[in-house]
Amino acid sequence: MFGYYLDLALRSLKRNKVLTALMVLAIAVGIGASMTTLTVLHLLSGDPLPGRSQHLFYAQVDGNPNPGDFKEPLDMLDYQSAMDLWSTHKADRQAILNTSDIKLRSPESKLPPLLLQMMSTHTDFFAMFDVPFQYGGPWTAQDDASRSRVVVISSDLNQKLFGGTNSVGKTLRLRDTDARIIGVLAPWRPSPVFYTVAGGRFSAGQTSGFYGKTQDVFVPFLSGLDINDGNFSQFTCWSSAPNPGHLINSPCVWLILWVQLNDSSKVAEYKRMLDGYAAAQHQLGRVARPQNTRLRDLMSWLDFNGVVPSDVRLQTWLAFAFLAICLFNTIGLLLAKFLRRAGEIGVRRALGATRGAIFAQCLVEAGVVGLVGGILGLFFTLGGLAVVRSQPVEFADLAHLDSSMFIITFALALLTSLLAGLLPAIRASRVAPGLQLKTL
Amino acid sequence: MEIFPILSTLRRHKTTALLVILEIALTCAIVCNAVFLVTQRIERINMPSGVAEQELIQVAMADIGKTTDEHARSLQDLAALRAIPGVKEVASVNQVPFGRSSNNSGIKIDPKQKLSTLNATNYYGVNVAQTLGVQLVAGRLLQESDYVTMDDAKKAFISGKTEGLPHIVVITQDMAERMWPGQSALGKQLWMGSDMPLQVVGVVKNLVRPSIWKDAEAQYSMMIPIGVDDGQYIIRTSPADRERVRDAALETLKKNNPHRIVWKKELWTDVRAKYFQGDRAMTGLLIGVCVALLVVTALGIVGLGSFWVAQRRRQIGVRRALGATRGHILRYFQTENFLLATIGIVIGMALAYGINVFLMSKYELPRLPGFYLPIGAVALWLIGQAAVLGPAMRAAAVPPVVATRSV
Repeated sequence: MFGYYLDLALRSLKRNKVLTALMVLAIAVGIGASMTTLTVLHLLSGDPLPGRSQHLFYAQVDGNPNPGDFKEPLDMLDYQSAMDLWSTHKADRQAILNTSDIKLRSPESKLPPLLLQMMSTHTDFFAMFDVPFQYGGPWTAQDDASRSRVVVISSDLNQKLFGGTNSVGKTLRLRDTDARIIGVLAPWRPSPVFYTVAGGRFSAGQTSGFYGKTQDVFVPFLSGLDINDGNFSQFTCWSSAPNPGHLINSPCVWLILWVQLNDSSKVAEYKRMLDGYAAAQHQLGRVARPQNTRLRDLMSWLDFNGVVPSDVRLQTWLAFAFLAICLFNTIGLLLAKFLRRAGEIGVRRALGATRGAIFAQCLVEAGVVGLVGGILGLFFTLGGLAVVRSQPVEFADLAHLDSSMFIITFALALLTSLLAGLLPAIRASRVAPGLQLKTL
Repeated sequence: MEIFPILSTLRRHKTTALLVILEIALTCAIVCNAVFLVTQRIERINMPSGVAEQELIQVAMADIGKTTDEHARSLQDLAALRAIPGVKEVASVNQVPFGRSSNNSGIKIDPKQKLSTLNATNYYGVNVAQTLGVQLVAGRLLQESDYVTMDDAKKAFISGKTEGLPHIVVITQDMAERMWPGQSALGKQLWMGSDMPLQVVGVVKNLVRPSIWKDAEAQYSMMIPIGVDDGQYIIRTSPADRERVRDAALETLKKNNPHRIVWKKELWTDVRAKYFQGDRAMTGLLIGVCVALLVVTALGIVGLGSFWVAQRRRQIGVRRALGATRGHILRYFQTENFLLATIGIVIGMALAYGINVFLMSKYELPRLPGFYLPIGAVALWLIGQAAVLGPAMRAAAVPPVVATRSV
């Protein structure tokens, strides 16, 4: 029966090519627009570390000694709080993070000096965030403690300086210090660069900067503080005139602490430890609001920072509104098409076709329109993503259709067209056989 | 033209009529809001900067500041830059308008205030106002003799002395108006945090911040007489000389110290263009969506109109046979579309308002101005009439003789 309906549908669609083309085009354009924006939204709002993110926590205490303007603690930690919390070793894994600009070159490369971002952090960073290595590996806890001059570089930098060959053992000159390369990362493109996200609430929705590239140079935390002292930038300060660039023991927040806590009892215990620490510091007069501690897991932290740019959300809303109008349009056109065939339907009914049969036949026709619209819509989506890739935004290179979105494209097209066909099909199946035969 | 017969006919084609109405309503609602968003963005893109936009160049070097002779080197750079033919003014600054990264402070009117009155950005650097070309509206600009060096200011601040600290400031009109509405700001005192009093000696028309959190606060800027040697320079020259002067400046700076890295070398017009490129892309997208929506809606009306005409050929024939002219038939369909469009527009307006309320809560947008609604209405009426014209003409062409046939 389905084959027969399909045959009927194709005949019917061929009979009025302009109307068919209009319907297919309406669905295709609607699908193209909504799938392009949905794909971008999907890429930007996904879990950057599926299966792990629920164990990773962003620790905050309010190191501000004055009761400040905000209900939330400052977005980062001051030096003392970060070091104190790290020294408790209460987490399964933990790392303090700081990024700073650094001038670097390699004596083994002819390239002029580069100005790049350096990440100073602890060895757990690599295990905690599942960072892939191509050559060598991370430094050890011993390197962290002894302030070793070792460095891990990104695959981009390895490509730039050494043409992608194994550069482990070579030397990098970081500002005025020589460091030995002990690891080269495999290409790594977290979306967003989740571990440095902070301050999203002050960005008025313009958060595409969170989706840039990762840092190119990774060094042990204390080594980094030694190498680049004077070049650090604060997130914010609660008191004026810091000694610019030198932030240890300054009235500023500039460090991030990530901890991994593998089960819920550990999470509760760590939160108690945070509260206890803040209370003790309050006693010492260093912290004004001891109750102001936070321990958000990775996804809650990203959510709190509103990482998905508001323009991207707006575009998605717009695209779905557009799809809705295309849907109404298709409903109208299908209705026109089916009811114009009232005579034909009347004959079929008179010859014994049930209402259900007419209904099914009409839906098959709508489904065919949807499928063709979906295929065309897929091309529009690919075109739309190509346009996104050509835009000068940080996440441009991420805009690709993955397999799940590929399937959703067809599902959405089919669903849309069947939804559009529903009402016209019901109307068509209600055509009274007698009435139509009389006028024939 | 009688409206009641049309209405009673429509009542017998509820579904089709409803579809047209809904399509027009949705289009109306979305297009009104989208056009509103576009005007918002255009206004933002054209935001005044208060500086000599066509005459500025920004050059920034890394790794100058952290040596002992930073001030001497900076003076050497400035002298060399000033010697380039065509250079009008030069300044070593801490930040540039629309430069993204910024230095901001909470500002209080009374040091005992718990919360800051507002948050303003701080421009440092000798000659910054003169180089940027800001427009003075009251008082005076900062002169070279007003300035203290960053080092002296730091020392004074740490030792708690006030002599080495700056004690005057130039602010923008917007900031003055926010702090002392309706009064002259000249001579008034403001506090940077709770510990640094500054007296207002000048008010400038506009000076935009490097990074903007809220558009309404874009002009909250101050110029404080602290000299900086961060390796960031602004150069002012005539518009035609900009490229040449930029290249010459780079060469000069490289000659002064070949080891530095230049990380910024831009004409300020490009700085501005880059700052708003996201807004421009969004504007283009919104306009594209509006046009596409109107086209889709028009096609929908054409499609349904043709179907409707085909369905009512017999009825049209009867009317023609009873003496209706072609004009009558044409006007019948046009009036019908006008009625449907009107109902759609009324619903669409309510919907537009609803969407606006939603956007206001989610994206901090202002209220949709009332004049968008009549403009939207007229646009949709026109599109409806244009779209229905084809089917209506076909209807008018139906000969009276159709009445005698069974369709």
